[in-house]
Amino acid sequence: LKGAKSAVAGAVTMEKITEYKDASTYNNYYEFGTDKADPAKNAHTLKTTPWTVEIEGLVKKPGKYTLEDLLKLSAQEERIYRLRCVEGWSMVIPWVGYSLAELIKKVEPQPGAKFIEFVTLADPKTMPFVGSRVLDWPYVEGLRMDEAMHPLTLLTFGMYGEVLPNQNGAPVRIVVPWKYGFKSGKSIVKIRFTDKEPATAWNKAAANEYGFYSNVNPNVDHPRWSQATERRIGEDGLFAKKRKTLMFNGYEAQVGQLYAGMDLKKNF
Amino acid sequence: MLLPAKVLLHPAAKLVVFALCAWPFAWLAWNVFQAQAGNANILGANPAEFLIRATGDWTLRFICIVLAVTPLRVLTKTPPLARFRRMLGLFVYFYVVMHLLSYSWFDMGFDVADIAKDIAKRPFILVGFSAFVLLTPLAATSFNRAIKALGAKRWQALHKLVYVIAGLGILHFFWLRAGKNNFAEVSVYAAIIAVLLGWRVWQAIKKKRLSSPVGLRSQLSK
Repeated sequence: LKGAKSAVAGAVTMEKITEYKDASTYNNYYEFGTDKADPAKNAHTLKTTPWTVEIEGLVKKPGKYTLEDLLKLSAQEERIYRLRCVEGWSMVIPWVGYSLAELIKKVEPQPGAKFIEFVTLADPKTMPFVGSRVLDWPYVEGLRMDEAMHPLTLLTFGMYGEVLPNQNGAPVRIVVPWKYGFKSGKSIVKIRFTDKEPATAWNKAAANEYGFYSNVNPNVDHPRWSQATERRIGEDGLFAKKRKTLMFNGYEAQVGQLYAGMDLKKNF
Repeated sequence: MLLPAKVLLHPAAKLVVFALCAWPFAWLAWNVFQAQAGNANILGANPAEFLIRATGDWTLRFICIVLAVTPLRVLTKTPPLARFRRMLGLFVYFYVVMHLLSYSWFDMGFDVADIAKDIAKRPFILVGFSAFVLLTPLAATSFNRAIKALGAKRWQALHKLVYVIAGLGILHFFWLRAGKNNFAEVSVYAAIIAVLLGWRVWQAIKKKRLSSPVGLRSQLSK
């Protein structure tokens, strides 16, 4: 899956790209196990064809969209984004997809639609850890409408010039580069437009630890650890000091205005 | 008897146990060396995390092993097992020092102010650190002269701290995993330690019953 060079501001970082091996074997995808090596071992059972994404809620054009529909909907672009995990590590990944805004415009949200909810597949037959008590399944994430419409928010089908490996959220996922990784839902089966802030999976599990916004912010610590620094996977050596985490993961120039006037300590 | 006394009392037996106990560390060190040289290794994408976890796991495993010595010795009627207890206990300390060192070095870059802040901020680190602090006097009084200087009674009382340390170790691990509601491994360690400590409680009750006049009478009347 090839993508053309993206013209969106901030869409292509010049940093060193994380090795494909690391990006595809060190994953958080709890439907396939909680150890980071688990998804790469277990996700082969995920059946990605046929695949449909249901668009529902406050939109003028709800309905089922096949993966083929979605792949054709707009030109594929390559976006090289930093990925910052809430656990304190980061990667640089070349994703392939197009701005989620393209899809949103197509389905025409109603004026009342203020948020978008992304629902991940929860199939106990192919996802061995759906049903474990770790989270309330299915995995649900969400964005405010202006966040979802931001050109950096990517509807993603591939990485490293190929279709997404299952463990990275095949066949279609969201990537929101200025938020902690868990905000970017994988293997999306439903996109729902709502007037209320969605109840998201990690927020339901531990509201004091995982806020709805979860913007990367070195000044707001996780209750159990500091978010001031991070380790770049495959690049920052064992004996190197961790690197400083950037506000909005380095995308402040592009997304800062979305949060003007908001107390980011309160809305963490 | 678990193994013939001749084997357990053989001078080389201690060397063998030492080598076995040092093996996990040697294996980790070898892999760090391989990773630094750019060769294949087991450390994965996040070597710091791997090493911190591995040394923590081995600390817990050695706590289980050292607590198993006495029950095993009594149940299998193998008195010579006692001679390995000190070394096993010191290996608990060795692995906890490696665990603390890995965290301080790889995670915190030896920044003392950051470490102090982190210990104060994160209850599970405070608990783990307390376990390390409590373990220190035990390791420091493990040689014969310390036992003599303290007197056997006081020395034994001091070393009962290991039960508290085991509990703190489990709590530390539990709290770490609580963030992900993932208690499978924690419950395995907790169950092992509960059985090993439970056995001691049961022994103590039995002993008390036998030594008290009421208990003795009820035993006799059976």
